[in-house]
Amino acid sequence: MKHKKWAYEDLAECHEIELGSTLVTAEDIIEFASQFDAQPMHLDADAARESILGGLAASGWHTCCIFMRMMCDAFLLNSTSQGAPGVDYVRWKKPVLAGDTLTGRSKVVAAKVSSSRPTLGFITCQHELTNQRGEVVMELQNTGMFLRREAAQ
Amino acid sequence: MTFDEFFRLGETVTLGSHTFEADEVKAFARKYDPQPFHIDEAQAERSVFGRLCASGWHTCSMWMRLNLAFREDVAQARWDGPGPRPQFGPSPGIRNLKWLKPVYVGDTITFTRRAEHYRPLASRPGWLLLDIVGEAFNQSGDKVLEMENAVLVKTA
Repeated sequence: MKHKKWAYEDLAECHEIELGSTLVTAEDIIEFASQFDAQPMHLDADAARESILGGLAASGWHTCCIFMRMMCDAFLLNSTSQGAPGVDYVRWKKPVLAGDTLTGRSKVVAAKVSSSRPTLGFITCQHELTNQRGEVVMELQNTGMFLRREAAQ
Repeated sequence: MTFDEFFRLGETVTLGSHTFEADEVKAFARKYDPQPFHIDEAQAERSVFGRLCASGWHTCSMWMRLNLAFREDVAQARWDGPGPRPQFGPSPGIRNLKWLKPVYVGDTITFTRRAEHYRPLASRPGWLLLDIVGEAFNQSGDKVLEMENAVLVKTA
């Protein structure tokens, strides 16, 4: 197997991972919402201004997907990831508005080798996305499964 | 009509089904979750999943699509309870989201929702918070997804 940069041990020893930044455009918001979350606050700028969100805003599920892509590009695609069984929580704390630039950060909060499969480890991360005003728009915690360095080589 | 009846409290409602085809699974994943086992059959076969499978976020997004279709039906329903017809707003988040089994290409997934309880929001007069459990099952009856969702509802 080709060497991957991020094995279980690399993540376990890591404190924080920068996920980079991404611009969320009105076109992106409308495209996602048209398929999966076709509510006026995610589709129509005028209707959205009247809504509790105050402007054309991304579906929370879209924000999760944007986060997923940032995590893939930052480290997951170059890791020994074996998938993730779920997410402990997602908190949509502020609207993600058209034109916002989101910056992501993942903090490793727990690392544990599997007792049933010693070649595998569990990494728990707290992730957050902030906007260009420094406001946290989403918090998410999950545990991913990663092969250990030895098993991946 | 009471809020309990309007939200169909305690009732597991079937939202509908969707068959995940290879093209849409790959298109979604290329955009949002380009891990090899979501975009390439050959690599998926060598992966922990054994076959091409949908991004977990794709399954969640499909739940939302069908949940919204159900809400639109509710919006057509008669409302003669206290105050104006309740209107669904944004969600503050989800908890305990579990992808229990892979959703493989070709799987037909049936989605459900169950309103569990609601409470008025002290911080936002005229709004309440409704807790919902969302689930999804494959054609063999295995549960593939479960989550606790919440949604703000405007009642005044």
